Amino acid sequence: MAERGEPGRAAPGAGGTPLVRRRWVRIAVPLAAFLLALAAWEAVVRIAQIPHYILPAPSLIAATLRDNFGSLLPSWLYTLKITFLALLLAVAGGVLLALVIALNEWVELGLFPFAVVLQVTPVIAIAPLIIIFVPSTTAALLLCAWIVAFFPILSNTVIGLRSADLNLRDLYRLYRASPWQTLRLLLIPSAMPYFIAGLKVAGGLSLIGAVVAEFTAGAAGKETGLASRILEASFRTEIPKMFAALVLVSLTGIAIHLAFNLLSRLVLGHWHESESRGER
Amino acid sequence: MDTLLELADVGKRYGNGTLAVQSLSLAIGEHEFVSFLGPSGCGKSTVLRLIAGLSPVSQGTITWRGGAPHRDAHALGFVFQEPTLMPWATVFDNVWLPLRLAGRPRAAARAGVAAALANVGLAEFAGAYPRELSGGMKMRVSIARTMVSRPRLLLLDEPFAALDEMTRFRLNDDTLALWQAQRFTALFVTHSVYEAVYLSKRIVVMAARPGRMLADIHVDEPYPRQAGWRATARYNALCVQVSQALQAASAAQADAGAGHG
Repeated sequence: MAERGEPGRAAPGAGGTPLVRRRWVRIAVPLAAFLLALAAWEAVVRIAQIPHYILPAPSLIAATLRDNFGSLLPSWLYTLKITFLALLLAVAGGVLLALVIALNEWVELGLFPFAVVLQVTPVIAIAPLIIIFVPSTTAALLLCAWIVAFFPILSNTVIGLRSADLNLRDLYRLYRASPWQTLRLLLIPSAMPYFIAGLKVAGGLSLIGAVVAEFTAGAAGKETGLASRILEASFRTEIPKMFAALVLVSLTGIAIHLAFNLLSRLVLGHWHESESRGER
Repeated sequence: MDTLLELADVGKRYGNGTLAVQSLSLAIGEHEFVSFLGPSGCGKSTVLRLIAGLSPVSQGTITWRGGAPHRDAHALGFVFQEPTLMPWATVFDNVWLPLRLAGRPRAAARAGVAAALANVGLAEFAGAYPRELSGGMKMRVSIARTMVSRPRLLLLDEPFAALDEMTRFRLNDDTLALWQAQRFTALFVTHSVYEAVYLSKRIVVMAARPGRMLADIHVDEPYPRQAGWRATARYNALCVQVSQALQAASAAQADAGAGHG
């Protein structure tokens, strides 16, 4: 076949990348907006002379965080442990069950109602029962965080496994692909965008689950997380310390969000529309 | 000419009661280029799916050469209306797929994949992803993937329907060049009278509701056929003949509709 003269790959950089899509702009703009908001907050507190036990200034929160970091660190690590263990178990359980459900409709009929009940019942309503039934506080918190993180993984992965192109499925049948080949080469890659979307949601939810469950448990002692530090500070009207603990919770959430965005970019960036940044 | 496969009184009724194909009997010879032409819903694509074994027949039999009821997995290739590429895989990996599923490692398949890509003019695009290609190039990759396993029978289900006229003409020529070079049998589904006449040795005209064969027209024009043939009186006369058969098919469909109404 001779050369066709069809349009091929778009010439990179043709016409230049729009300003809004440039990497430094995508980092600098949200950062500037955030710093601006902090400055406004600081100014309002100082100008209106708002007492620190009502609304501390960002500078005071930063100082409190620095001064109390030693005591907050073990709690932060504990919350991180609960969050990531719950997420890990949610991924393992959600993906495994999704595979079973996608391959067998009978299992779906039997198990999906339980998954839906777990999803639609607010964790804050189940948490007191779990804390009564499960003797270990850590295990109870883990279970609460797992419950909220599990369903997005399960639901998205099932949809993803079933979203494989029907013609590609036919092609695999035509070439007599084994079930393992079909799963590995077709179903799992097809499910990946859905799974990662579920992972992004579950990452945030596992943190929320860990914090909410600890609030409900009202845990005290050595093995406690940031929620307990927030509660403690609240009882003692140490509002800057409450904010300092809250900053650590927020930083954890932001880190999870950024990590999964990076994962999404790495896994899907070269082929999936959701990560397409280039000019069409 | 040896018969490659034979359809005897083949029918297909779907679960919802729709009779997609009724009593189709047809012998396909080795190295033939047969087009299935007809209005939408006449069962053209269903016939391909029945032959490919992607859908079971409701009545009748499909017999392969030598009376074998089953076919070798790689004796058959299927090109869909869409390129149907795996977007997460490179052009190389897409074309490697049939060999990979047959257990051929990447290194052992490299030469075959490179040759298949060279045949469709995409040798330098092995590392590209489908999203980086134009519609015509994607369809070429799809054809290369089908041809890499050297099928004896190639089923093409309106492969060029979504492409612009110029790309379609080029791919018509490319398909004919591959067919002549590799001597496979081609079954080609199309809506286009002009495409069917240009490509085919035989044109099976079908009517809808239920899908059935109305005419089996032989195109006695030697190959290779060049683009200039499209401007000849002979080509035009054949197009008129096939168009009339297609109109008869549409009329038969209207009658069937009125009868049911």
